Formats: sequence, C-alpha cells, structure tokens
Amino acid sequence: MVTLRLEDIGTRYGKVQVVSGVTTPTIQPGTVTAVIGPNAAGKSSLFRRVAGLAQGDGVVDLGSHRPDRNTICYMPQDTGSTAVLSVYESVILAAKQGSSLRVRTEELARIDDILAALRIGDLAGRNLGELSGGQRQLVAIAQTLVRDPKVLLMDEPTSALDLHRQMEVLSFMRDVAKGQNIIVLIAIHDLNHALQYCDQAMAIRDGRMVAFGPCSDVIDSDLLRDVYQVDGHVELNSMGHPHIVLRGPSDETNSRHNTAVGHNDMPKSAMAAQ
Amino acid sequence: MTTKQLNVEAGSVHYKARSLQRFLLLLTMGGALFLSFAIDLATGPANYPLSDVIATLLDPWSATDQLRVVIWDIRMPIALMALTVGAALSTAGAQMQTILANPLASPFTLGISAAAGFGAALALVLGVALLPAFVDFIIPLNAFVMAMGTALIIHFFSRLRGVTVETIVLLGIALVFTFNALLALLQYLASEQALAAVVFWTMGSLVKATWTKVAVTAVAVVIAIPLFTRQAWALTALRLGDAKAESFGVNVQGLRLRTMLIVSLLAAIPVSFVGTIGFIGLVGPHIARMLVGEDQRFFLPASVLCGALILSATSVLSKLLIPGAILPIGVITALVGVPFFFSLIFASRRKSW
Repeated sequence: MVTLRLEDIGTRYGKVQVVSGVTTPTIQPGTVTAVIGPNAAGKSSLFRRVAGLAQGDGVVDLGSHRPDRNTICYMPQDTGSTAVLSVYESVILAAKQGSSLRVRTEELARIDDILAALRIGDLAGRNLGELSGGQRQLVAIAQTLVRDPKVLLMDEPTSALDLHRQMEVLSFMRDVAKGQNIIVLIAIHDLNHALQYCDQAMAIRDGRMVAFGPCSDVIDSDLLRDVYQVDGHVELNSMGHPHIVLRGPSDETNSRHNTAVGHNDMPKSAMAAQ
Repeated sequence: MTTKQLNVEAGSVHYKARSLQRFLLLLTMGGALFLSFAIDLATGPANYPLSDVIATLLDPWSATDQLRVVIWDIRMPIALMALTVGAALSTAGAQMQTILANPLASPFTLGISAAAGFGAALALVLGVALLPAFVDFIIPLNAFVMAMGTALIIHFFSRLRGVTVETIVLLGIALVFTFNALLALLQYLASEQALAAVVFWTMGSLVKATWTKVAVTAVAVVIAIPLFTRQAWALTALRLGDAKAESFGVNVQGLRLRTMLIVSLLAAIPVSFVGTIGFIGLVGPHIARMLVGEDQRFFLPASVLCGALILSATSVLSKLLIPGAILPIGVITALVGVPFFFSLIFASRRKSW
C-alpha cells in the first residue's frame, strides 16, 4: 500500500525557482487532497516535480512501495488536440506506452469499464477534435485511470466542466480514491468544492506550501486574505456543510499581506497540521 | 457518479471494427501498389507484349539480351526506385508532421531536400567532400550531412522557448530560399557537365536508377521503419501534445531528436539519387491520415504504402502521358498529384488535421 510524503521539494523553470521547500506529512491512501492557491502559485510545477517530469530538489517518499512508470500519474491541464484519433484510441495510447503493439481483449474490457464509469462510453468512436472542453477533461481522466496509478496528480481536472459535471467528477474521484485505496491530489480553484469533496488541503503561494491539514482547518478567512487576497469567511450552510462567504477583493489586506506576511510564514491551520 | 455499465461493449466493438477496416485498407493499398508496380514494369518507350515481359520476369535467361536488359536493368530498378523513394519521402514527411505537430512539415517544405540538393551539388560542381574519409560516396554523403545538419537546426530551433509552429515553418521557408540561392550560385559557377547534373535534381527523375541506388534507399527504409514501429505508441502520443505525452512517460525531447535523425536519413538519400520530389513527403502522409487516422500502427504503414503508390503510379503516368518519352517525375507528381490531393481534401468530410 502506497503512502506519499514530500520532503523539501523544489524545482526551477529556467532560472526561476518556482517551487521550494515543500514538505508534507505522510498522505494516506484512500484520501483526496486539494492543492489550492492562486494562478501561477506553483501547483503545476509541484505536480510535475512529484511525478518526476521536472528535475529538482527534495525527496518523494512512497513508503515501502516500489515505484514503476505508472505509480505516480500526472494529468496535465487540458490543451486540446488536433490528432486524428478516436477517444478510445487515445485511452489505449495511455495504457500501452512502453508495451507491445498488440492490444489484448482484457485491456479493451478494462477501457470499456472506465469509459462506462465516467459515462463517456458513447464518445468512444468520436475523434478528439470533435469533443467539447468538458468531454476532453473526462477523456483525460479516463487516460489517467487506465494506467492504474497509486498516486494521481490532477491538474485542474474540473476547469472546463459545468457545475453538474464538476460535482460528478469530484465525487467520482473521491469514490475512486476510497474504492481503489489510492492517493489523489487535485489542483482546484473552487474552495467550496475542496471543502465538500476533499479530505485535506495543501495551500501553495509563491511556490511554497503555506498550509496543510483538514480542509476546514486550512480554508479559513486567514487563508482567503493571505493567499487569495480576498475578504471572506467560512460558515456552515443549512445542511451543515462548510461554505465560503466572500465579501470581495481585499486591497487593504493585500498591501498588509505584502509587508507583514513573509514567504516562510504559515497560517495557524498549517502549523496545527504540522 | 454511478458506475452503471452503459454500452459496455460499444467502445471495444467499434474499435475492433475500425481496426479491421484499417487493416483491410492497408491490404487494398498493398494490392494497388503491386498492380502499379507490375504496370510500371510492363510500360515504357519500347513496346513489348505483356507476355514477353512476364516471361522475362519469370525466366530472365530465356529472353533475348535486349529484353532482359530492358526489363531487369532499366525498368526494374526504376520501378523499385519509385517504391523505395516514395516510401522513404512519405515516411519522412509523416514523422516530421508528427514530431513538429505541423501539417505543413515535410522534407521539402522545411528545406531538408534543398539542403541535400545543395550538398550533392557541392560534390558535383566543386568536388567538395563534407566527409573526406568516404570519397567513393561523396554525393549521397554530402547530401546526408547537409540534410541532417538542417534537420538538427530545425529541431533545436523548435525547442527554443517561444517558438511556435508558424515560426518553424517560416524558418523552413527561409532555409529553402537560402539553399536554393546557394544552389543557384553553384549552378552559375558550374561547368556545362556539372550544370546538367545539378539541373537533374531540381527536376526530379527516376531514369538514372541503378540496383545500387535502389539497395541503398531500400536499406534506409528497412532500417527506419522498425525503429519507428518500436516507438509507435510514443509517436502517436506526441500528437496529444508534449505535456500529455510526457505525462504518459514519453521522453519527448529524446524521441524528437532520434526521429529527426532518422527522418534526415530518409529524406537525404532519395534526394541525392533522384533529385527533388517535393509532393510525396507532404501529401503521402495526409492521404494516409485521411484513410487510417494517426494511430502509428496503421498510420506508419499507410504512409509508406501511400508514398510508394503515388510515386509508382506517377512513374507509370510519366511514361504514358507522351508515348515514347519519359517526363521528369517531379513535374508529374505536382501537376497530377496536387489536383488529386485537393479533390480528396474537399471530398473528405472528416477533419484530417
């Protein structure tokens, strides 16, 4: 059974240090971790470093698990494709990298199952270029799941989806994490969805981790102000779920943050999580 | 989300049917290629009855010397050269389009053919050997060195930050103009005999094919195809974009570099032997893509067969258009092939790039 612990992880993009000093507690299998932070905070770079796609410092500790090419799978942000390939072929492609050219019947059956679970079986014969942004995201998820990962790093998998599909996908990924006992990290912008569907959250700002812990501890008014520069707070809705109430951009606190909150400062929730 | 199993069989059933259809298409193309090859052998300025041609093919030593020489030493090398050159150029174009993610990429449009032609002209006009150790093969080696150098320039340029598909094509066009200007300069300086040899490239012709040239070109194709086949999944993944391919575990930079090196080999050798035939490397892969898509397990053999078929059929046409004369094949490929290609594009309802 795989566990994940990051120790002093860092990486550069050209000469710029885009991620540095990211250290997490041990992340248990069967959990979904929201990786949150503003645009260009370093979430994608962190994922690429953890997946081994970018060089850098630090240690990615998988416990006693012996990693292979599919242990840690990174699902990049969707960029579209002009390839003359069907959905089905593109999923086969993900499964077969580095193996024989022949596709076995059991491999086809597995792909059928994954497409059916994502409710995109009817898209199987469609060309990638004919898909909507949301459909492409679901195909990308299928391409990742078919590799049977132990650690799954999903870079904004819900960004092109409508609200219904977002909730469906997040709920599905939570079920996958629990059902297959794997570790799922999801870079996500919607903090309410993080609160609702994720077990814990990792907040990133300027390439550094500023908080890690249960979502309700990490996502609070301090985080909204210090990381997102917005005024707001978290309260319980009528169903007892925490949700965010925003008041607006926090210009004053933004300037206060720039002077008072250094890169190494951590919100209280993060300190508690450590 | 539920895990309700809707149309569980639909995807794989459709995939299997599509794969079978593609396999049959490849077989049909193979059959058409054999037919075209046979017609290519049977036609020529000297009008021999079909029965004599077949008899000579089956038992060369029973035929007259003249017939044996015409069939085995003239027509056969030309017909085989059409197959191997067509296959090489089309495969080179297919993989350039794949690794550069660019439908305009081909050895011709990116200046690789022009560079190879210039390298060969350097040997013919000035006697310059770019690899002095192998003076016996000065022309093809010069062509290869120039083509490979140009392919590497394009490769490293394409890796620079901020370089787009459009700028790569612009670089290719700039290289075409540069090498054409240098070639024109060499032509200006050349002796009458050397000038005739240089002009031979710019027209593109199969008539000087020999068994040795056929063998060298065939070896290049036979080496390249298994190397590409081993990378079929990775090359196909490149068409999903670098980030996606990397996330699948593909070493994108290494694959591009290796592919570009093989492509330069495939592009340089035919050009050094038969001159500049521009149409095949661009259009062969496009027709293959329209027919079988971009799964390299089908796309690669389809590109090989398309290129070979187009050039073989053009070779036949070049002999039939004006009876008794053989027109330069590079001229025919463009004049006949381009309208054919456009008719395919407009007839195709599916997006093919």
